[in-house]
Amino acid sequence: MSRYSLVSSLGSGLAATLAALRAARSGLRPCDFETVTLETCIGAVDGLECQALAGEFADYDCRNNRLARRALDEDGFAAAVAAARARYGAHRIGVFAGTSTAGIHESEIAFRHRDAGGALPAGFRYRGAHNTYSIAEFVRQALQLTGPAFAISAACASTAKAFAAAARMIALDVCDAAVVGGADSLCLTTLYGFHSLQLTAAGACRPYDAARDGISIGEAAGFVLLERAMNARGDGIVLLGVGESSDAHHMSAPHPEGLGALQAMQAALSAAGLEPGDIDYVNLHGTATKVGDAAEDRAIATLYGAATPCSSTKGLTGHTLGAAGVVEAIIAALCLEHGFIPASPTTRTPDPALQSRYVTAGAALPLRRVMSNSFGFGGSNCSLVLGLAS
Amino acid sequence: MRVYLEGVGLRGPGMPDWATGRASLAGVAPFAPSELRLEAPELLAAAERRRATASVKLALAICAEAVHDAGAAAELPSVFASSGGDGATIAAILEVLATPGREVSPTRFHNSVHNAPSGYWSIATGSRAAATSLCAYDFSFAAGLLEAVTQALVAGGRVLLAAYDTPNPPVLDAVRHIVCAFGAAFVLSAQRTPASRAELRLAFAGEGQATSAQEPGLEAVRLGNPAARALPLLAALAAGRRDEIYVEHAAGRLLAVGVAPLPA
Repeated sequence: MSRYSLVSSLGSGLAATLAALRAARSGLRPCDFETVTLETCIGAVDGLECQALAGEFADYDCRNNRLARRALDEDGFAAAVAAARARYGAHRIGVFAGTSTAGIHESEIAFRHRDAGGALPAGFRYRGAHNTYSIAEFVRQALQLTGPAFAISAACASTAKAFAAAARMIALDVCDAAVVGGADSLCLTTLYGFHSLQLTAAGACRPYDAARDGISIGEAAGFVLLERAMNARGDGIVLLGVGESSDAHHMSAPHPEGLGALQAMQAALSAAGLEPGDIDYVNLHGTATKVGDAAEDRAIATLYGAATPCSSTKGLTGHTLGAAGVVEAIIAALCLEHGFIPASPTTRTPDPALQSRYVTAGAALPLRRVMSNSFGFGGSNCSLVLGLAS
Repeated sequence: MRVYLEGVGLRGPGMPDWATGRASLAGVAPFAPSELRLEAPELLAAAERRRATASVKLALAICAEAVHDAGAAAELPSVFASSGGDGATIAAILEVLATPGREVSPTRFHNSVHNAPSGYWSIATGSRAAATSLCAYDFSFAAGLLEAVTQALVAGGRVLLAAYDTPNPPVLDAVRHIVCAFGAAFVLSAQRTPASRAELRLAFAGEGQATSAQEPGLEAVRLGNPAARALPLLAALAAGRRDEIYVEHAAGRLLAVGVAPLPA
């Protein structure tokens, strides 16, 4: 992972993100997004309303791509990709970008402005905004890359799974490098959709808390430039393994025993050639739903017992849905690089019924290897193992 | 990159299954487009069957046929490629969000995710294998093929690839026209086995024109449904002919698929 960049409610860029993580400063606040009237909290990125994409990228303008643009511009990310492009050639760099809702907020607004015959307003851009591919095509154009590019959309496992695709493409020499990541942005579809399933919390979400009552939706964009380890700088963060599985259980509820989650974690460890005892910290999916946290806890307890410190950072960032995989991979990278475990400040009373070693207070701790979990609707599961380059 | 094709599933106008469709694709029978009737997936329990959308029905039908054709177990890693997800479900949610009540149906919401067909397939078959759902607009078939082939080669095993798209309701049809429902599924294997019917070789081929379908009716389907970009490959497989097919993996950029039939 030779360069990465992140924009979320914690801030724009790695320095702001790191400062918020260390100060245990949550980005969540009562929902004031657009015309939404739900009693819930959101992790919003401010200022996107006045950052329209213009010129050659006007066709891709939507909240989701504005957020992506900001992440590309942070932390020297676009410049690092330009250097990789000069080194490898534009056709040797792939784009594997995850999203669950792309620019659907543009469609939500357009549907309010249909004409008497029911037609959408002129100028509605299906391809550049609404379509799931818009994130991948925009990033590909913005970074002037011509290698393979697609959007992975597997609900809340989307951007974690993007790492799996990119790693395979590089392993088979389809690409020399890949831009991995993606974005999910606030929209009515997910706010009212999760509310309809009674899965949104009234206050800030409280992962692994005895009184947890649902998720807080956040938005974020994050990107990683993935290269072969031998080509990257020697002191960085390495993607050691990825594991994927399906629940085969229910469209919107996890397997109660966490069997799919367990299988993904085992596959990630196996791909990395590691044992559970080799993992120093697990960044949980931990969205703060009653059943979701309980199911993941069963899987964690089976694999790690109560030995390995783990926590969820959803109380800080909110659940950034399709972006959660890359958000938490980058948080894991920051934890490795700076030697700490992030706090979970919204967790007041850890649920005594849960067995894993949930850490609520942040702590300085040298870490060598970290696991990051992402699970989504449709029973889509993905675990990543990251480590310090040795 | 080289893989072996072991099974095919097909649904499209005048192509109710692979056995029927391959005759017109091979030019043995005339292409007679009739509207595709999507069957309720027998694999699903009653509750899920009631909730199944058109794209779920289409995807499950082609996957079941391809797996059966390959004589494979359903517990295969899978890649689901669609250029736009389930337009009818998404439009219904957008309609409701434009009303004052904004009362989104929870079932519609979980059906709206791009990976809904993959989730239903996993539930229907009990498969806990990895499943990827992706989108690359008009290039979704080539993207899916690339993803499936790399998965098969890295794991050294078999992978199920499904590419499918269904027509949009009128409000979205005006901005994204899909002429008809079409889906094709393939079981691909990294190893040659007794079930292997053809060898497929993939390579990037720079810029240029994609291979078109020879029959005008089929060409209209190919251009009118992104999943039907698979038709030239299906035609070569149907005819049992050695061929080199070009499909777009991005605007104007080609993936070459070399097809070489294998003796039964």
